[in-house]
Amino acid sequence: MLPESIREELCAIVGAKNCLDKKEALVAYSYDATPMQQALPDVVVMPQSTAEIQQVMRVAARHHIPIVTRGAGSNLCGGTIPVGGGIVLVLSRMNQIVEIDEQNLTITVQPGVRTVDIHQAVEELGLFYPPDPGSMVISTIGGNIALNSGGLRGLKYGTTKDYVLGLEAVLPNGEVIRTGGKLMKDVAGYDLTKLLVGSEGTLAIITEAILKLIPKPQTQRVMLAMFSDMAQAARSVSDIIANRIIPGTLEFLDQGTIRVVEDFKQIGLPTDVAAILLIGQDGEPQTVDRDMGQIAAICEKNNAVQIKVATTAEEADEVMTARRSALAALSRMRPTTILEDATVPRASIAPMVAAIQEITERYDLRICTFGHAGDGNLHPTCMTDARNTEEIERVEHAFEEIFAAAIDLGGTITGEHGVGIVKAPYLEWKVGAAGMEIMKGIKHAFDPHNLLNPDKMFAKQSRNRVVIQRA
Amino acid sequence: MLKEALVKKLDYDELSNCMRCGFCQPACPTFRETGYEAASPRGRIALMKAVADGVMEPDKNFVDQMNLCLGCRACEPVCPAGVPYGQLIEQTREAIEEVQEHPWWVKLVRKLAFFHLFPHQKRMYQLGGLLRFYQRSGVQKVVRKLGVLSILPKQMREMEAIMPEASGKGIVDFFGGTVIPAAGERKYRVGMFHGCIMDVLFNETNRNTVRILSEAGCEVIIAPDQVCCGALHAHSGEREQARHLARKNVAAFHKADVDIIVSNAGGCGAMLQDYDHLLAEDAEWQERAQWFASRVKDISEVLTLLVEPKEWQSLPQRITYQSSCHLRNGMKVTKEPVNLLQAIPGATYVQLREGDRCCGSAGIYNLVQPEMAGSLLDEKMGHVAATQADILVTSNPGCLLQMKAGIHRAGLEGKMEAVHIVDLLARVQQKEKPLSPPE
Repeated sequence: MLPESIREELCAIVGAKNCLDKKEALVAYSYDATPMQQALPDVVVMPQSTAEIQQVMRVAARHHIPIVTRGAGSNLCGGTIPVGGGIVLVLSRMNQIVEIDEQNLTITVQPGVRTVDIHQAVEELGLFYPPDPGSMVISTIGGNIALNSGGLRGLKYGTTKDYVLGLEAVLPNGEVIRTGGKLMKDVAGYDLTKLLVGSEGTLAIITEAILKLIPKPQTQRVMLAMFSDMAQAARSVSDIIANRIIPGTLEFLDQGTIRVVEDFKQIGLPTDVAAILLIGQDGEPQTVDRDMGQIAAICEKNNAVQIKVATTAEEADEVMTARRSALAALSRMRPTTILEDATVPRASIAPMVAAIQEITERYDLRICTFGHAGDGNLHPTCMTDARNTEEIERVEHAFEEIFAAAIDLGGTITGEHGVGIVKAPYLEWKVGAAGMEIMKGIKHAFDPHNLLNPDKMFAKQSRNRVVIQRA
Repeated sequence: MLKEALVKKLDYDELSNCMRCGFCQPACPTFRETGYEAASPRGRIALMKAVADGVMEPDKNFVDQMNLCLGCRACEPVCPAGVPYGQLIEQTREAIEEVQEHPWWVKLVRKLAFFHLFPHQKRMYQLGGLLRFYQRSGVQKVVRKLGVLSILPKQMREMEAIMPEASGKGIVDFFGGTVIPAAGERKYRVGMFHGCIMDVLFNETNRNTVRILSEAGCEVIIAPDQVCCGALHAHSGEREQARHLARKNVAAFHKADVDIIVSNAGGCGAMLQDYDHLLAEDAEWQERAQWFASRVKDISEVLTLLVEPKEWQSLPQRITYQSSCHLRNGMKVTKEPVNLLQAIPGATYVQLREGDRCCGSAGIYNLVQPEMAGSLLDEKMGHVAATQADILVTSNPGCLLQMKAGIHRAGLEGKMEAVHIVDLLARVQQKEKPLSPPE
């Protein structure tokens, strides 16, 4: 509980109706989309301007109160759970699109704007903001930036970090900084923009962002290719790219996922195949046609058992259903669904999937894998029950081995979900001891009193792993 | 006390099935309006679970958040995990009702309405007769002129202004029997669910339903012992009384041995389809409840199977459609009404922006939560006005009244009318004038 005087200070800044400490509000802001994680804040504060955030930050600094900044709370790494109590700063009321600049091809937004609203606003003008995290109908751009969110178009278009040109942010001492701007080239000093992107709310509070836009692709087409052998599916992925084709979408479902999806949707997927690739291309019509033809030929050469090319919008929708339904289908199997995101170089997808399968069997668990084959970002997804503590313990060990396998294959512990609290114990596996030191130094430079999102990214104790192999 | 009741009633497995992804939030009208996590399905489920887990006491704020929910169930189709939110909120409201102390007059009104009025169809007709007398005898005119109504809250005044002409007689009286033969070859034996309010305030719609079904080749059975579906009860926390009514309806239609049970009110239809869940723990009724629930269809589904739009008359007007939440999210009927409207010769169908969003009527929600209901309705009418439609079609009595109130409120009277889909279809396939009520 915060002392009454501090609560009054906060209420005076944002107004009583935007400063909540009733139990119902504390519960409602005690979780995000991460399974099994929850902690109550002391107060929920909903500011409406940068100036208000500055004042709230100063109150927090004066009294050493932790602040967790939050948008829609759709992240999967526990990044917005107030583990140390304190203030949850909800930015969803700062949700204005400030400007769309068609001369410079930029959009300036407040952090609480939903990602899907950015898509809609710019596509109406024939423009395009490519990052499309799976949760984009609810996620806010502030959260996307803080976690450097990925999505289905990462392979061809890159992720959030590739579209952030400039930021306004409030530092833990209450000062405001502006980084970058509406310009494509800027080498003046350290790149603080890139540093803040993906900093998970540990360095500063992002209050405005300038994003890069590109022209909207004219057409897009999709196909499904089915393989009876995982390695052949993986080889097709490599071959497509080796043939100098970068698809707009290159998604993959393993056999377990295919079976569950077919069971759930009955869309006529063959349940005896080992893998399905969903491949899409966008751009100029002729280029798209040419690429789709070549991709189909490559899949055939790699013994695809069936290829389904969508020729109409309805067929495209049908083809997309397989991938879109994956999470829904899996999440209906058991009460608790743990969606992870181990990532490897795409040439290592086949051995990674094999490793996941082996680990799953050894721990006697139900883990299916789907994800972004094109960028090696896999989602091993465990269907379990949080109430079964014995099984949950096995799940934890299994995922530990999966992350280790990803590192061994030259990959990483998280490709798009973030470190948060869930991956914090493993961060050192990826970045090494020296890497951890420099990261902690950066955190200290920004936030010497450890006020912003404490205990995230840097675990109090890292998991022991003596040897870090690099592929 | 409330805590124990909640722990007992809430389905903990379903609470655990919520994966907190938040995909429900953009679909939720109260979340969209407030931007407040606790006013969203994910938030409400978290609150329910927090109570069940002993993290919080179910205090007044808890109850307020539960009451703010419209029960529109728009969150259900978008939930990846398939959590039956509608059932969870009903379980919560049942628990709240069990322990809640109402002021004496609320108790009285609830008791009168839920136990002594809605379940007794004869009394509904008597009330309908009184209302009809009020409307026809000139009393209404006098009352309006005297300004007596100004003591009523705004929402009630608006409702009084648009109240359709009531009937003191149900369709059984009009047709002089409970079996209406199929015109021509009999294709189905259809049980007509006439509803409690429907048969009094929208009697003409019920008559049109029977006529259309008969002309489409259905032998229509108006099972005589049927009662109110219990939706209002279930949504207000009186689930036990809803079960009582469900058993009566199941018995009535089971006895009538029909192929299909047709509903022309989305709110009733969704409730009827839910009888198998409602009576799941009743060993004696379980099987018959399943028989019943599996036969329930909306009128638009039946007509899609049977009617031939080619014979319809041309209607050169602009038509738009506000879908009923429970028809869409409960019964999962989305395409059929639109297909029927699009098939009307000469008519221009205009899609209503956010026509899949709750209008704010939601049973008696517009009376108990006037502020939220009003702001949802105003937003809705903005979209309705933008369609420039001549006819606004709905498929549920509550929505229809709300749309009539909305047209009144937005000053669109004379420019646009709100019509039940059955009445519109009766208009275009009219070979003769619809039966007029005997004086």
